Amino acid sequence: MTTPLELVCPAGTPAGLRTAVDAGAHSIYCGYRDETNARNFPGLNFDRAEMRDAVAYSHDHGAKILIALNTFMRAGSTDLWKRGVDDAVAAGADALILADVGLVEYARKAHPKQRLHLSVQAAAATPEAIAFYRDRFGISRVVLPRVLTVEEIARLTANAAPCETEVFVFGGLCVMAEGRCMLSSYATGKSPNMTGVCSPPSHVSYREESDALVACVGGFTVERFERGEPAGYPTLCKGRFEAQGAVSHLFEDPVSLNAVELLPRLAEIGVTAFKIEGRQRGRAYISTVVRAFRKAIDAMAVGDKVDFGELRALTEGQRDTTGAYKKAWR
Amino acid sequence: MTARLSLTLGPVLYNWPKPRWVDFYNRIADEAPVDRVCIGEVVCSKRKPFIDDVILDVVDRLERGGKEVFYATLALPTTKREVRDIGDIIQAGYMIEANDIATVHLLNGRPHVVGPFINIYNEDTLALHLKLGATRICLPPELPLESIRTMAKGNQAVEVFAFGRPPLALSARCYAARQANMAKDSCQFVCEAHSDGMDVCTLDGVPFLAVNGIQTQGYVVSTAVNHVAALSEAGVVSLRLSPQTCDMVRVVEVYRDLADGNTTPKEAGEALAVLHLPGPLSDGFLRGLPGCTAEVD
Repeated sequence: MTTPLELVCPAGTPAGLRTAVDAGAHSIYCGYRDETNARNFPGLNFDRAEMRDAVAYSHDHGAKILIALNTFMRAGSTDLWKRGVDDAVAAGADALILADVGLVEYARKAHPKQRLHLSVQAAAATPEAIAFYRDRFGISRVVLPRVLTVEEIARLTANAAPCETEVFVFGGLCVMAEGRCMLSSYATGKSPNMTGVCSPPSHVSYREESDALVACVGGFTVERFERGEPAGYPTLCKGRFEAQGAVSHLFEDPVSLNAVELLPRLAEIGVTAFKIEGRQRGRAYISTVVRAFRKAIDAMAVGDKVDFGELRALTEGQRDTTGAYKKAWR
Repeated sequence: MTARLSLTLGPVLYNWPKPRWVDFYNRIADEAPVDRVCIGEVVCSKRKPFIDDVILDVVDRLERGGKEVFYATLALPTTKREVRDIGDIIQAGYMIEANDIATVHLLNGRPHVVGPFINIYNEDTLALHLKLGATRICLPPELPLESIRTMAKGNQAVEVFAFGRPPLALSARCYAARQANMAKDSCQFVCEAHSDGMDVCTLDGVPFLAVNGIQTQGYVVSTAVNHVAALSEAGVVSLRLSPQTCDMVRVVEVYRDLADGNTTPKEAGEALAVLHLPGPLSDGFLRGLPGCTAEVD
């Protein structure tokens, strides 16, 4: 291994950021408290002053900070996103994570020296797509979609150079190509691309039936939890539906991504950074997950064995998957 | 006085049996008052070989019928072969409708049009794509009229998704195969059974979505009939009609008459409603509401 692996961790709040830094994150990603970022929930994210403090705290502790402005600019209001870019640069972000190519173009022109990463929301899934952003706009790193197999990631990483690749290894899993999904928009009018939310809590409702709890998104029933069954958050693509007379989790089971066992292979093929999903998660979760992954990465760096048991235990009691990475979707 | 709205027939998004596919385009060539036609497999590369040996004849027939023809390319290419196929189509000299940024990269500035699968949500990104060689751009179907107004101003390049089940998502996984307990790589083309997509209902039996292989669509049929005048005033130059199994020649005629001011939106809506549509008409997205919202007069 030539370059050290980078562990990229989420922060939804200033306290969450300090937790992730203290737990050993090499980099933190976070966003402003508005619709410029794809985790636009009430109570999450950073105002301008908090972001400046977050940069200072991260840098004082040797961590980098990556500011995500990864929704698509609203027509007629592009200034909100551009001001976000300007402020993030002024705050001292080590990189900006962008999805909208119009905003990428702005950031490159206005801040020629600023390091730019391409968000997973841009869904660059081929060497040609990566080349588009790298050659025209000097993108330094691309966060790869979760719809790829490890072999495809290997090919992409080899072709992307000198652009680096970053891969999701743990947390929520989009089964649709990221940034190209309007399911939430269709059911609720609020979409990841335009408002930075998916299946938002404001549009989730529950109703009790005699033997079950029924969960709806935008008025559509997406899950029925029998009494005593743990009730997970009803995300549209993880719901149960009826097609051809059969009821199933048609799109994806309610599982989360855990690519722990693939870490050595991903490192071997030259992936630069491992990303943990979950800006909406609590501090205890972040602390545990970040520590475990940092330990694994440090072990790999010196050729020690990785304690996979510890990492697997992180999802104990829940169902997890390696998603598309192991060709299971083919 | 605004310019005449043109009509674009989008590519058939479903896996129609070859005879149906050929007959459909022959009839469009001969009878439909549509200005341009996009052909080509956009959803699943496994289906593409089925049309490869007839596509030249279909292009010829459409061009002889006075239609401008565009070759629409794959929306979610991931494999080396899929990208190579797109390169081959570009090399063959067709006018291209790009549906993925990789295709825009391969076009390298050559004039082309952009389909509804590329994320263009604002005037800046639209202007960038025009600089990259786009001459017409079909906007993503979730955009509200308010955004379209801002984006269509002064460029004579904007097309709006005006008829058909709205495309909502793409995945590496095939849901038609998954529903039939099959792997994508050995799917036996089960999607052929769903000519308007496979209807997906909620647990209470409420129709919700439609599955077209790796693509998810809305159950409703999007329509812009109530907004054609507003779109035209905003500077939109073209309406996209996306093929369903209903009488698409009639659909084209309805939109042509409406755009020419020969019928009212109400009459147009009624004319569409009597066709064999796969779902109810909706204009939710255009009104800035959930895309499933039923159309109102």
